[in-house]
Amino acid sequence: MAEPMSAQSQGPTKEMRIQEALRETLRYEMARDERVFVMGEDVALFGGAYGVTRGLLQEFGEGRVLDTPISESALVGLAVGAAINGMRPVVEIQFSDLLPLAMDQLASHAARYHYMTGGRVNVPMVVRNKFATRPGGGPSHSSCNHGAFIHFPGLKIIMPTTPADAKGLLLAAIRDPNPVLCFESHHLYGQRGPVPEGDYTVPIGKAAVRRAGKHLTIVTCGGMVLKADAAADQLKEKGIDVEIVDLRSLAPLDTETILQSVAKTTRAIVLDEGPMIGGLAAEIAALIQENLFGNLKGPVVRIAAQPIPPPHSPPLVDAMIPDVEQIVDEVMRLAEGVKMRS
Amino acid sequence: MDKVKRKEALRQMVLVRAFEEKLEELYQRKAMFGSTHSYRGQEAIAVGVCSALAPTDVIASYHRGTGHLIAKGADLYMLLCECMGRADGYSQGRGGKMHMGDLSFGFLGNTGTVGGTVPTATGAALAAKIRKSSEIAVSFFGDGAVNQGVVHEAMNLAGVWKLPVIYVCENNQYAMTVSLEKSVAIKELSIRAAGYGFEGKTVDGNDVEAVYEAAQAAAAKARSGGGATFLECVTYRWDGHFGGDPGTAYRSKEEIESWKQKCPIKRLSEKLLQQGQLNEAEFNAMSRAVYGELDEIAKRAEAAPLPKKEVDLASIYASVEASHG
Repeated sequence: MAEPMSAQSQGPTKEMRIQEALRETLRYEMARDERVFVMGEDVALFGGAYGVTRGLLQEFGEGRVLDTPISESALVGLAVGAAINGMRPVVEIQFSDLLPLAMDQLASHAARYHYMTGGRVNVPMVVRNKFATRPGGGPSHSSCNHGAFIHFPGLKIIMPTTPADAKGLLLAAIRDPNPVLCFESHHLYGQRGPVPEGDYTVPIGKAAVRRAGKHLTIVTCGGMVLKADAAADQLKEKGIDVEIVDLRSLAPLDTETILQSVAKTTRAIVLDEGPMIGGLAAEIAALIQENLFGNLKGPVVRIAAQPIPPPHSPPLVDAMIPDVEQIVDEVMRLAEGVKMRS
Repeated sequence: MDKVKRKEALRQMVLVRAFEEKLEELYQRKAMFGSTHSYRGQEAIAVGVCSALAPTDVIASYHRGTGHLIAKGADLYMLLCECMGRADGYSQGRGGKMHMGDLSFGFLGNTGTVGGTVPTATGAALAAKIRKSSEIAVSFFGDGAVNQGVVHEAMNLAGVWKLPVIYVCENNQYAMTVSLEKSVAIKELSIRAAGYGFEGKTVDGNDVEAVYEAAQAAAAKARSGGGATFLECVTYRWDGHFGGDPGTAYRSKEEIESWKQKCPIKRLSEKLLQQGQLNEAEFNAMSRAVYGELDEIAKRAEAAPLPKKEVDLASIYASVEASHG
């Protein structure tokens, strides 16, 4: 992936994978703030299904690293109560497919307490979950339902794509006085990169321009940033210069960065791993055309998952989610005439 | 309960009832938005339980929540303003009767999702346990909540983690219109506690002293690390489920009348009168004072401004800057 163009750190960095960055962040903040505690299925002894919480039990004890029964709704619900009562819980939900089990506690409780109490009650909590549609995951272990949660005012939603952002965003999320949903892409867990040491936060609600370009903007997030980048490499050889906006936060949405980029490039594709219908891509496409209609050289195109449940077998998965070839084709179609004009 | 506590419990029960009657009056003349969920007949539970708590203890409530708010120490003017959608209300008119929260008097919150705040109280108890503080949490809910999945999940966790929480089930025997017999295959809801590994107890929910004593025992147990208690308080709501429901399509007039004979206020006042701890004149003066105070508060609330017609997008989030530290 191209070098991140924002969130550059001045101080020393350490090379690590996203899981390690998340783990370091939890350790860092648990050591600094005794209100922070971790709970979830298999997070203590086993260290989490993806190893993110490994070692925390040994360091902080079972009072602050809690293995739980399989009760997603109560985990989120208890976190809400603990947060209102002065703690900073971090809950791990193993798959985003399981978030709907806790939907009432997320959407009608966590998200609304602050507003509906006239600001008297705060709910500072984080719910981490892994997501991504991938072969073998199948209909109940590989959903991309992040788009569903943008409908609920009061939730903040982050989706880190680099190890540095994983640290910066998670640290900001734990310290945020609001409920934050953290979507961690399965596609990105293996990514390595420099992570600033010490107290490093990335503000929630700020997108990053991952790659600067002048002909077309791809607005995307999560694992799709990698595909957008691979497509941009191919397109570069064809003389098409693509700018990539990585949302990093889905709520609040950084409308300013999106619109600035598209105002410059005049062409936009919104690329999302979630379902196309009624999804995140639709929201951003609408935002762009409402604000920049007269400046656009073509329609705002959505590239997103086909509206089917995530299947099991590799060819079926490949047919469902956007691939690099599809992105290249759509850019070529939209960018017809680029060379003549620029 | 000693004499002083009994008299205060009586005054609070009268206050809770008077508040519901004031709301009903305001609802009838369309001076209140949304519906009422009358607590008349159930006053002994909120008052009995909250009398057993310390100011630092926390409670979570539900849609029929005005009694809990009052018994825990809510400001009556702000409470009434919220019911009436006024800017001076606890939630500035954003929440209404079913949605408030204020830790200054230990009120975690209430919502309209049946059973939805049972995990809120349970999580607050988890916070207390992690902090090793002596505070406890109380979860108030109705019999209608006991068949919600999240209630089961939360109680199981309270059992596993021995959390300092009291589950106060106000069994008024109807979930809106559906009777308990149609909803569960057991007679006593408190037996469910056995499945979670803590004590369950069924008490007469119309006897404020019985409720108080049971809550006090449960609180002492929770405070000393003994874990949770399921306290089923058997009671009856005199009115319908909500303002427009006469409550007679699914309950006989005889049944309603028979429960009115078990009025918790009448029971305590007669006991105090018989034992010479209260005289008729004193009781009447106290009642008049309570009803008079509410009349004054209602006048102020009716005159209070509504919120401005505006959308404040920033209000959905707590300010990040203000919370650092």
